[in-house]
Amino acid sequence: MAEILKNGQVHNDNWQVLRPEAEADLATVNLPAGQWLIPFALWQVQCAALKSRSDIGVWLSPNDDLTEVAKHFSQWPLVAIDFPKFTDGRGYSIAWRIRNHYKYKGELRAIGNVLVDQLFFMLRVGFDTLALDPSVVVATAERNLAPFPDTYQGSTDNPEPLFRRLDRTGAAQGGAH
Amino acid sequence: MYRYDDIDRAMVKARVAQFRDQTNRWQAGELSDEEFRPLRLQNGLYMQRHAPMLRIAVPYAMISSAQLRVLGAIAREEDKGYAHFTTRHNLQYNWIPMARVPDVLERLAEVEMHAIQTSGNCIRNVTSDQFAGIAPDEVVDTRPLAEIIRQWSTFHPEFAFLPRKFKIAVHGAERDRAVVQVHDIGLHLYRDDQGEILARVWVGGGLGRTPILGEVIHEALPWRHLLSYMEAIIRVYNLEGRRDNPYKARIKILVKALGIEEFRRKVDAEWADLKDGPATITDAELARVSSYFVDPAYAQLPETDAVYDERLKSDKAFARWVQQNVHPHRVPGYRAVTLSLKQKGIAPGDITDTQMEAVADLADAYSFGEVRSSHEQNLILSDVELRKLPELFDKAKALKLASSTVGLLTDIICCPGGDFCDLANAKSIPIAQAIMERFDDLDYLHDIGELDLNISGCMNACGHHHVGHIGVLGVDKNDEEWYQVTIGGRQGNDTRLGKVIGPSFAAADMPDVVTKLLETYVSLREPEERFVDTVVRVGIDPFKTSVYGGKLNRKKEAANG
Ligand code: HEM
Ligand code: SF4
Repeated sequence: MAEILKNGQVHNDNWQVLRPEAEADLATVNLPAGQWLIPFALWQVQCAALKSRSDIGVWLSPNDDLTEVAKHFSQWPLVAIDFPKFTDGRGYSIAWRIRNHYKYKGELRAIGNVLVDQLFFMLRVGFDTLALDPSVVVATAERNLAPFPDTYQGSTDNPEPLFRRLDRTGAAQGGAH
Repeated sequence: MYRYDDIDRAMVKARVAQFRDQTNRWQAGELSDEEFRPLRLQNGLYMQRHAPMLRIAVPYAMISSAQLRVLGAIAREEDKGYAHFTTRHNLQYNWIPMARVPDVLERLAEVEMHAIQTSGNCIRNVTSDQFAGIAPDEVVDTRPLAEIIRQWSTFHPEFAFLPRKFKIAVHGAERDRAVVQVHDIGLHLYRDDQGEILARVWVGGGLGRTPILGEVIHEALPWRHLLSYMEAIIRVYNLEGRRDNPYKARIKILVKALGIEEFRRKVDAEWADLKDGPATITDAELARVSSYFVDPAYAQLPETDAVYDERLKSDKAFARWVQQNVHPHRVPGYRAVTLSLKQKGIAPGDITDTQMEAVADLADAYSFGEVRSSHEQNLILSDVELRKLPELFDKAKALKLASSTVGLLTDIICCPGGDFCDLANAKSIPIAQAIMERFDDLDYLHDIGELDLNISGCMNACGHHHVGHIGVLGVDKNDEEWYQVTIGGRQGNDTRLGKVIGPSFAAADMPDVVTKLLETYVSLREPEERFVDTVVRVGIDPFKTSVYGGKLNRKKEAANG
């Protein structure tokens, strides 16, 4: 069981992430019962056999081809995007595209090196569940979900930038600094 | 200039609180060094040779006198009494202890300043023309759109972990003073026949170890689409830019690899989802932000002044200063004035606490309380009455801020180099100082005329050596410091990269090398021809011959036997 942040709270859930060895022969990887998040490459190989299972979701690596991935969205109860390293920011744009270009409406989860100071950004670009890196202190994560009181630019959470949401005319306090 | 409203203020304060919390977690071991690194970088904090270096943002070059006083007080109370203006308008402190940084940021927030995104692999502080709003050749005042870009890029959720840093520069005049073509995105704002603002958009410029000039990706982008179009560019870059090698990670490498046509095709495909969407800038927002950049209360003044004319005739030093350091202004009877931060014995761009406070006083007395920082590492009073110039000259001189060398050989652009920077191959400040020492004859400097000398301590090119008329690059050979020289680089509308003249030199030879280059120029120049024009006309060979042909002591060859 993993600790997942969802709607600002910690939940336990039963999704397990399968990370086959690099050399593994994907055709022969055996999936026992249970809720599994499997790599997209594995799904592609075993698609025919796995289609009937409702307990299989897919996780995407930043290198997966989204046009291919998008053909299968309707078959998965859950899609995850892997952050191999927290400094690899591709996952943010992938999430944005999945939500806004491919219009995926289901659950989108961040997995991998998911650290405290990235959570706010992840929630903005379109993730709704966050599987914290084991090193993260959960209480720290919970109090850092919204470090800023507002946002200037639009994103998936709210496409309207501040200037369309609020009339700020004349709001500055004049006078010398 | 732009003033914060409650939201801006709350955002900056929240950032300080966040960074304080991050610093505490790092000190408590909850964040590893590796995890803390990008967080501190995005707050301008580098670890350097001696101490952390803190880089404060000066958005598109504008500083108020009140802000400058606080910067001066911080230099005195938290640092060693000085700070450094960089080539990107920003200000750097060299000696503030890590644990003090959150308090310093809190103090800056009080005067609407911050260090947000001044480093790290994110969208950096947007740079602009230091004469925005006052230059006679200006077509579009860049400051409102630069501020809109600043807000849009601040805490952008998608672009905080790009493959590499991302720099945007914007200019809106006939002459490009912001070197937009060496930026990841360069914007040139102009107007169509109806007066509508359009942007010519360059992408993929940058210096560093692979210097490349940007290519035009859009010739005429209407201003409303600036944010959505840049979002498309940066999304393509974020997804496809290289992450395997930091030296190949800038957008310039991606644009080169794909070719501008293919890159444009990808951007257009991405933009199709965004164009005319909510990121489209509204008239109301441009009007709101523009209202902060209306003219100050200029007096109605004649274009001439008797006292000024008299001083020009009678005082050669004043006349020189006017010639080099005073710039035209679009309002009659006004001028912009550069206060030079280039003094013998001082690192280019360095300024003391008391100088900062004194400049703040000058700004209040002579220039509506505003100061600009230029990428040439000087300060500018942008709105000075012509008739007050004699007075201002005397005061600036007393403050050692009146070197009449703006645009001349000793107006050197120089990075911190080996004295401060961990990445350096060689020191750069002592080279600048030796050259200032050698060439301190103003008559000679004026005779040589316009000349940009740029020095970087390594190929990261923080001193922009590639675009210097003379560029000096520190290189490391067997643990010794050597200097490679390029000539013929230039910035502006016709930005070019300089050419290497040959094997590198020892530090002690650098003043001689410059002397030889100048002698060659003087012997070959045609009337009115600048150094760089002569290089363009005759090529680098005559310069090579004079530098390497003579008795110059090239230690490398001697050492190699
Ligand atoms: C002392 C701490 C500094 C460090 C560690 C540092 C590091 C770097 C690095 C690594 C690059 C190359 C980035 C790349 O090509 O991807 C770079 C570029 C640059 N730096 Fe610095 N720098 C420092 C200080 C400065 C200062 C003081 C200035 C201004 C005087 C400056 C201005 C620039 C500029 C303008 C570039 C852009 C060159 C380009 O377009 O690639 N840096 N810096
Ligand atoms: S050019 Fe090199 S030595 Fe100079 S500041 Fe940049 S990284 Fe440091």
